[in-house]
Amino acid sequence: MPSALPSSAAAPAAQEQLKIVIVGHVDHGKSTFVGRLFHDTGSLPEGKYEQLVEVARRRGVPFEFANLMDGLQAERDQNITIDTAQIWFRTSRRQYVIIDAPGHKEFLKNMITGAASASAALLLIDAGEGVQEQSRRHGFLLSLMGVRQIVVLVNKMDLCGFDERVFRRIESEYTAFLGRFGLKPSGFLPICARDGDGLIARSPRMPWHAGRTVVEALDAFEAPPRPVHQSLRFSVQDVYRFDHRRILAGRVESGALRVGDRLVFWPSGKSSVVNTIERWSAPSALSASAGESVGVTLTEQIFVERGQVATHEADAPAVARDFSTKIFWMGRQPLPVGHRVKLKLATQEVEAEIHSIERVIDASTLDEIPGAAKEIRRNDVAEVVIRARQTVALDPHSAIAETGRFVLVDRREVSGGGIVVAAIRAGDADAGPKSANLTWARGEVLASERALRNGHQGAVVWLTGLSGSGKSTLAAILERELFNRGIQAYRLDGDNLRYGLSADLGFSPEDRSENIRRAAEAGRLLADAGLVAISSLISPDRADRARVREIMKEGQVRFFEVYVCCPLEVCESRDPKKLYARARAGEIREFTGISAPYEAPEHPEITVRTDQQTPEESAASILDYLIQTGRLASVSYDI
Amino acid sequence: MTPLDQLENQSVFILREAFHKFDHLAMLWSIGKDSSVLLWLARKAFFGHVPFPLVHVDTTYKIPEMIAFRDRLAKEWNLQLIVGKNEAALREGRTFPNGKLTRVECCGALKKDGLRMVLDRHKFTGVIVGVRRDEDPTRAKERYFSPRDQNMEWNVEDQPPELWDQFKTDFEPGTHIRIHPLLHWTELNVWEYIQRENIPVVPLYFANERGERYRSLGCAPCTSPIKSTARNVTEIVEELRRTNVPERAGRAQDKESEDAFERLRRDGYM
Repeated sequence: MPSALPSSAAAPAAQEQLKIVIVGHVDHGKSTFVGRLFHDTGSLPEGKYEQLVEVARRRGVPFEFANLMDGLQAERDQNITIDTAQIWFRTSRRQYVIIDAPGHKEFLKNMITGAASASAALLLIDAGEGVQEQSRRHGFLLSLMGVRQIVVLVNKMDLCGFDERVFRRIESEYTAFLGRFGLKPSGFLPICARDGDGLIARSPRMPWHAGRTVVEALDAFEAPPRPVHQSLRFSVQDVYRFDHRRILAGRVESGALRVGDRLVFWPSGKSSVVNTIERWSAPSALSASAGESVGVTLTEQIFVERGQVATHEADAPAVARDFSTKIFWMGRQPLPVGHRVKLKLATQEVEAEIHSIERVIDASTLDEIPGAAKEIRRNDVAEVVIRARQTVALDPHSAIAETGRFVLVDRREVSGGGIVVAAIRAGDADAGPKSANLTWARGEVLASERALRNGHQGAVVWLTGLSGSGKSTLAAILERELFNRGIQAYRLDGDNLRYGLSADLGFSPEDRSENIRRAAEAGRLLADAGLVAISSLISPDRADRARVREIMKEGQVRFFEVYVCCPLEVCESRDPKKLYARARAGEIREFTGISAPYEAPEHPEITVRTDQQTPEESAASILDYLIQTGRLASVSYDI
Repeated sequence: MTPLDQLENQSVFILREAFHKFDHLAMLWSIGKDSSVLLWLARKAFFGHVPFPLVHVDTTYKIPEMIAFRDRLAKEWNLQLIVGKNEAALREGRTFPNGKLTRVECCGALKKDGLRMVLDRHKFTGVIVGVRRDEDPTRAKERYFSPRDQNMEWNVEDQPPELWDQFKTDFEPGTHIRIHPLLHWTELNVWEYIQRENIPVVPLYFANERGERYRSLGCAPCTSPIKSTARNVTEIVEELRRTNVPERAGRAQDKESEDAFERLRRDGYM
């Protein structure tokens, strides 16, 4: 056993690690292979072999190497592998994580789970049975998921008397199959796993095979390089406000970012510059590259939320609602056209539907399933166009894998996975959700149904503050930002209301109260219709605002009072409509702040300081509050 | 990026996903080496903060040094600590040391049921646990985000697919998710990381003058030390690079029957 012994004594600190998935048809000997490999390379923990022999003796069953990997009683009882298991072993070259995947069609989702994290695969084919359904399906799925290094082990060579012709026949048949989707295996090796032939040494029973042993083949796999030289993709996981700093926590998916880099955040297109790269209890660094989970602070505060993808200006991703994909479906129920699912790509999560099915493929034959363009059944692969409710920042999988693959969640379950082939058209946020007003006239549509359709709840955001504090400016930014995110927003401006709805009202205390009531009622109707209404009225009286809150409570409408706080001197110095000057001159009577009191809210949901923040920063903190904490989230997955 | 960096970055990513996804999140703290690393990784993920409570399920049979270490760290690191106990079982003396239960039943009562009581009381929907795949064959099959049903049971035959760092984060009311950020670490990795980061651990891991140390920490009646001369972290790393003895060899409850540990874990044990 030359190279196979665990060389632990000589091991350098924390070795390179390569993940290998073991796949193939049920009963083609995967778990037996892994057990034997561990035994022969001296990788079994002390006493494990003896323990398994003893258990087999006690139960009166033959000893099976497979029992090493089949950690569940049910697996040992039935001699099948149900779920993927991961164990470690090492050669003189490096450490391996061996992922034993089940071969049974019923457990395909577990095989996919195993394969998704692997860099290379060993695919076993039984020499007696030859290429079978799962041999083909697994090969195809590996390729689809981006596992391109495959060595095929033709196992149980004893069943055909170690006949080279049987081996060559399988080699030629399976090479042709893999060739149909452009996959070239790294090699074919004849083995007899149960007896250890071909694992760590060439088998005397197969002198005609001059190629590698399994261990040599493992050591010949290349560890995939980290994608540090690709375009930068930094996916935002969260925004933290620890220690009075706003830190964007996220992972560099590809490429690298440096302090001083100008980043553009997608899909919003907002831009700012990296101020610092944050790590805790680590040497400070001016850059972060692919695979690193770091924090970033920006020089200029812009609204950034989870899901956004930061890139350099010159390397923008595709931003699209429609994109063509290849997906594999693992759901219990078939996936029909038009079905709503949740799509998760990097840290983005959007509602999406299957817009059209171009082709459904039987993954075990590569044959197109005729007439199957209406739905995708479990374990099938399909080419589909996905339409998301909002724009998504993504890349073709062939360009950047990390932002080119996604999963589909159906009824709380991760039920499908896929890769992006191409974005179909540039995103137009203005397209908005379709047919949002079909149900206006009906009285039996529930608020939860509207939320489901809109992808968010209705709500009233009530801005209160002095004249000149910046309410209208904020309302306009909020309306735009919410709208850009696919949230139906509408601004109820105090002055605008007086053009129509309140055209009959003046500025007496009674009339001002009535104006506030009407604004509240209008907001309630809009929210009930599923929109987010943003009102901007001075609304100086606590009593009036208390009534507003009552109206919302009665209407079961989500209500957020925002105190737009700004000292009088600052407001007066701004005086955008020259009202303060006129009030000082006595031309306007009972002007809030000058000749009438402003009663600051006691318990507003949010307070923003417009004298200390730019309007964008204030808007960002309001948006953070509304969106990041899920206060507008539709409950669509809970019904 | 070193292999340890890769492990660390992956764990930080998982911790941040958990923190984002769960309003009622807690981290289990067994006071062992894995918990120490987990806690350290949380501070990495949240820039020195631990923004969720730590739950210690106290069986009252822990080795006293463990409790002293727990209380010291909780104070120094400003941790929010919740100590949970199965008071009823302890009051009635339904334990293994009292001779009324087997070892496995005792684990079930004091740890599993003890955990359940804490989860129920605080309505936690996400629980971060420091188990690793290399510890035992059932943990080798775990997911990073692993659902438990209303009865805390683990449906190991039907686990959610987990690919490309997309985890199961939508779940039925009444169920909860176990989050396992250390799943991909080995025992050796844990010690290499403790060494690199200089993370405090309970001194019970270091060999005493009798030439014994604990390799895995649990309750005093069911955990035995191993023969070892490793008196510090560096020597432990050296020792582990050479050993072939499984980590939980000193944990008596695993050995009561062939599938004792599997049954415990299916029922909700960590």
